[in-house]
Amino acid sequence: MIRIKNLHKSYPIGKDSLHVLKGIDLHIKEGEFVSIMGSSGSGKSTLLNIVGLLDEHDEGEYYLNGQEIKNLNEKKGAVLRNKFLGFVFQSFNLISYKTALENVSLPLYYKGVSRKERQKIALDYLDKVGLKDWASHLPNELSGGQKQRVAIARALVTQPKVVLADEPTGALDSTTTDSVMDLLKDINNEGMTVFVITHEEEVADQTKRIVRLKDGIITSDTINVQRKPVKTV
Amino acid sequence: MKFIFDSDTWQEIYGGIRKNKTRTVITIIGVLWGIFLLVTLLGASRGLENNFKNIFGDFATNSVFVWSQRTELPFKGFQKGRSVRLTTNDVEILKREYKEIKFIAPRSQSNSAITRGFKTGNFNISGDLPVLDKVQKKDLVYGRFLNENDIKLKAKVCVIELEIYEQLFDKNEEPIGEMVTIGNISYKVVGVYKNGNISFDGSAAYIPFTTFQQVFNRANRISWMMITANEGVDILQMEQDLLLTLKNIHKVDPEDKKAFGSANLAVEIGKVTGFLTGMQFLTWFVGIATLIAGVFAIGNILLITVKERTKEIGIRRAIGASPIEIRRQVVLESVFLTTVAGMLGIIFGGFVLYLLDYFLGSGPDPTLVNPTVNIPIILFAFLILIVLGTLIGLIPAYMATLVKPIDALRDE
Repeated sequence: MIRIKNLHKSYPIGKDSLHVLKGIDLHIKEGEFVSIMGSSGSGKSTLLNIVGLLDEHDEGEYYLNGQEIKNLNEKKGAVLRNKFLGFVFQSFNLISYKTALENVSLPLYYKGVSRKERQKIALDYLDKVGLKDWASHLPNELSGGQKQRVAIARALVTQPKVVLADEPTGALDSTTTDSVMDLLKDINNEGMTVFVITHEEEVADQTKRIVRLKDGIITSDTINVQRKPVKTV
Repeated sequence: MKFIFDSDTWQEIYGGIRKNKTRTVITIIGVLWGIFLLVTLLGASRGLENNFKNIFGDFATNSVFVWSQRTELPFKGFQKGRSVRLTTNDVEILKREYKEIKFIAPRSQSNSAITRGFKTGNFNISGDLPVLDKVQKKDLVYGRFLNENDIKLKAKVCVIELEIYEQLFDKNEEPIGEMVTIGNISYKVVGVYKNGNISFDGSAAYIPFTTFQQVFNRANRISWMMITANEGVDILQMEQDLLLTLKNIHKVDPEDKKAFGSANLAVEIGKVTGFLTGMQFLTWFVGIATLIAGVFAIGNILLITVKERTKEIGIRRAIGASPIEIRRQVVLESVFLTTVAGMLGIIFGGFVLYLLDYFLGSGPDPTLVNPTVNIPIILFAFLILIVLGTLIGLIPAYMATLVKPIDALRDE
């Protein structure tokens, strides 16, 4: 699903440049539940941005769903993001003046789905994250965990190939963290590839594969065998 | 262009606008004010123009008035300072010599007391031919104007102004056939007329020219004359020619500028219409300038909005909005705001014109007559507005596409 070979990325800082990713090789197959662990500055966010087509790499190869990503223009990037990727952010990034339902249906709008169809699909996904009754609420009427669940519904609504989650539990307390992680696990159990970036061990522990990143290189890539059991909700 | 008719597009724009009520209102007011000023000023200046047209409407505009004074140059043995008098003979000669003269009206005027029973008043008395009605249309309230028969018979009839009627008659009293006394002689009232906005004779009683000459012992001497040329005649040239002919008849130096006085109605009206043209130009200038300022205000506010909404734009980009879709939304917002503002401005402008018409456009002496703006002008202004709205929207739209989702979504 995601194949990365010898990926390099540097950012110009004044006259110098900061070498953030120094040759990453990573292969994520369909249906995997991967977490990228690393402290801040390790390059994990940069990696996610490149994987999420929000940023471009300098060197190396990146294949998404078998398609090489190279010299992507904005328009093409938008189409690929809409088609293959679903994003979950640390700060939820819901549009404040839209209801939960409208937020979830927005990606479908950009995909060109008809209004009626959109509402129906979006409501299905809200139901899936257990927030059907909250469909007409604005984000500021929802709790942090609820907001993140809306964001997850929004990420899933276009039926992407990969869900990219950037510190999905960073702004949540431990109880809600568990419920959000349970949701991600459920999604993964249904066959979705989930790619989580985190600096929390407890979060990484709940994924099936942990990739540790330090100073722009992968230091370890292990299958997580002592996976915590899925809680029954 | 399909997206314009897509309800979803408008749903998005409505959402964006509703979220920022204050800025939307402020933005709209800017443009609204511009188009409001344009509509109101254009309508008011049209009203003034109509009013002027009304004032001059009673006159044949290609008219010249000629009167006599004293010479300023000695000529052929005559001393300077000799007074010359226009006569009916001059009128006959001019009528014969100038084929381009349509009407020529000799005027003999005096003033006298007019009495009816115990009521009396001092008024202008004017001896006139029926042709006066052609040069300056008389607005008759009762009866008729003087006719050829009156002239031929030297009839003792008169046509009086409404004010004279009001002074000498009771309210709603029938004046036709009643007798009034002008300087010891009784005249039968055959008509009552009403003065327009401009009158050279004041509240005058018109009596037949021939009667006047006899009663006031004027022989063939007249006070002045009104001459109207045929359509398309160069009235300024004719004025000069007429004066030369008159100077020739009365043995006056052709260079003498004082012997005859003249006034040209076309020139006087030209001054006023020139003023009106200037005012209309000013109206357009002020209106369009205000409109542009308003549209710039919209652009400015949208630019701020784009900055404010960086995050939202970033989110939209991340979930699959292409740059074109983002740009389109900003431009459409701009066009939508200008359109709504424009429509409201036109409605308000129309309402104010209605009020102007109501308060200033009625009554006996209106300041503005029918203050309106042509629909094509409105549509033109509206079109300009939409074009400007689109163009100005392109700037913030471009700024919006510069927003990189990665920067917008970076967590602080």
